[in-house]
Amino acid sequence: MVKTKEKKINKLLMTKQERAFNTVMNILGVLITIICLYPIWYVLIASFSKPFFVDNGDVMFRTIGFNFDSYKRAFQTKGIWTSFSNTIFYTVFGVLVNMIFSTTLAYGLSKKRLVHRKAFVLFVIFTMWFNAGIIPTYLNFRDFNLLNTRTSIILGFAINTYNMIILKSFFEQVPESLEEAAFIDGANNVRIFGQIFIPLSTPALATVSLLYAVNRWNSYFWAMNLINDDKKLPLQVFLKKMIVDRVSGGEDSVILTQTSTWSQTTVIYAIIIIAIIPMLIAYPFIQKYFKSGLTIGANKG
Amino acid sequence: MKRKDIYKGESDLHKIRKDYDLYLLILPGVIWYLLFCYKPMIGLATAFFEYNSFKGLAGSTFVGLANFKEFIFGPDFLRTVKNTFMIALWQIVICFPIPIILAICITEMNNKFISKMTQTATFLPHFISVVVVCGIVVNFLSPSTGIINLIRNKFGFDSIYFMVKPQYFRAIYTTMTLWQNAGFNAIVYIAAIVGIDQQLYEAAIVDGAGKWRRIRSITIPCILPTVVTMFVMNVGKMVKVGYESILLLYQPATYPVSDVISTYSFRMGMENGNFGLATASGLFEAIVALILVVSANKLSQKLTESSLW
Repeated sequence: MVKTKEKKINKLLMTKQERAFNTVMNILGVLITIICLYPIWYVLIASFSKPFFVDNGDVMFRTIGFNFDSYKRAFQTKGIWTSFSNTIFYTVFGVLVNMIFSTTLAYGLSKKRLVHRKAFVLFVIFTMWFNAGIIPTYLNFRDFNLLNTRTSIILGFAINTYNMIILKSFFEQVPESLEEAAFIDGANNVRIFGQIFIPLSTPALATVSLLYAVNRWNSYFWAMNLINDDKKLPLQVFLKKMIVDRVSGGEDSVILTQTSTWSQTTVIYAIIIIAIIPMLIAYPFIQKYFKSGLTIGANKG
Repeated sequence: MKRKDIYKGESDLHKIRKDYDLYLLILPGVIWYLLFCYKPMIGLATAFFEYNSFKGLAGSTFVGLANFKEFIFGPDFLRTVKNTFMIALWQIVICFPIPIILAICITEMNNKFISKMTQTATFLPHFISVVVVCGIVVNFLSPSTGIINLIRNKFGFDSIYFMVKPQYFRAIYTTMTLWQNAGFNAIVYIAAIVGIDQQLYEAAIVDGAGKWRRIRSITIPCILPTVVTMFVMNVGKMVKVGYESILLLYQPATYPVSDVISTYSFRMGMENGNFGLATASGLFEAIVALILVVSANKLSQKLTESSLW
């Protein structure tokens, strides 16, 4: 009741100038939305359209000659299933390893009684400002004989310092009294960690797992450098070959007619859609959890 | 008895012994940092060796600063430094302020649905992988089937092969990173604006301040500390410029504008096998980045009394 009244008063108070400002802002919002989403929309409609009309520039806002053939071709592309399942493997086990290493370290660093805590924190933070770089990191993997192994991807990137710090700030917010009570009952650190802190910080764990999962799903650089066996390649490296380098069987020379249902370009667009669909499905969750994670990270830095 | 009191006045060794399982918990993480972050730093010594690929560092010959000399006096030094600087400059001038403006716009939209929608739409591209984003760019700019050229053709212009024309590279790269990150970077500012005390605005309205006046005199000063913090955090990254995406977008034809220090280092090492030179150039870049972060932080300490550490 009070709120609606307030709103009415606010509306009456608004000057003409302010109303114009609001209208402009809202129109701007719609425009920004369209600009941001149009590239994805175009890829989507082009992937369902007949290539003749795509190449003609007729497909701009909606599909022409709707068909699924580009997707059929895309799914027949050599390597897409292998790389897709590899990425699922890397994401699932990668995130698992990420969480084991990150939560344990973050928990320890969140305890004020840790001897030389400041030094430990600096030890970790320093890697954010200075890292060895591409070549020494690569040679390090070679020294460990980890080249061309799945272990290199999963274990080599077990901790992301930024995500670990987010977890640490979460753990710091858990009231100390809970820990004290368990300690008096005779629980040791490992039990306090596993039975009190982990269940209490489920939202935080969800946020950070999601951060890690997005990272795992999207990363290509180190997989490209460390792995050269096609059977172990993740989706992103496959995508790089297909859609950036546009490596294909040379179907480009085929002359397109109005009846052709797919071309290299529309198949590429179909592959792009296939690659971002898992992302789009997860997006509502990401949006929900990501913001909370980000603001906490920004507060504690 | 409280836990704190148990440890009072005891030596470090005693504290560790009493709490040994806490140290066991952090052990895997600490070992990981040693093996995968700090051990490669020892590998930076490669920069001072003529690296022997078969025998490793132990079998390589020490050459002192020869690799650095080769990099600094080589033909590509000025080019890569200039390109790194130019791309970073475009990022600072265009990609840094736009998220701030975007955040102000989003919070000013009085239609909640439109505000929410804009936020969702601008946030989305950040979660699409670099490879797919670059793939979209490459395919949209393709001379024969790319939508940009199809539109040009409709208006009677000839197709342009954008990806091999040096004059377009910076604009393409900047637009791409803007699309990918503007909404994501705006989040922190939105959080800062939402956190501003509403009474400030109410007081300003009573005093007869218009929208512009309120944005200028309340919103912007209130989010300035956040802006400075974000700026410091980004300065180091700017020197590193997104080599992952540049590697996907650049071609020999555009090297004069697109080849930055990290891509040069990558090419020398991973493609030419000259690990010594590659490490030297990478180290050069990492040191410049470190100096920039530290000095940007010093500067922000002086300017706003807020710093990262």
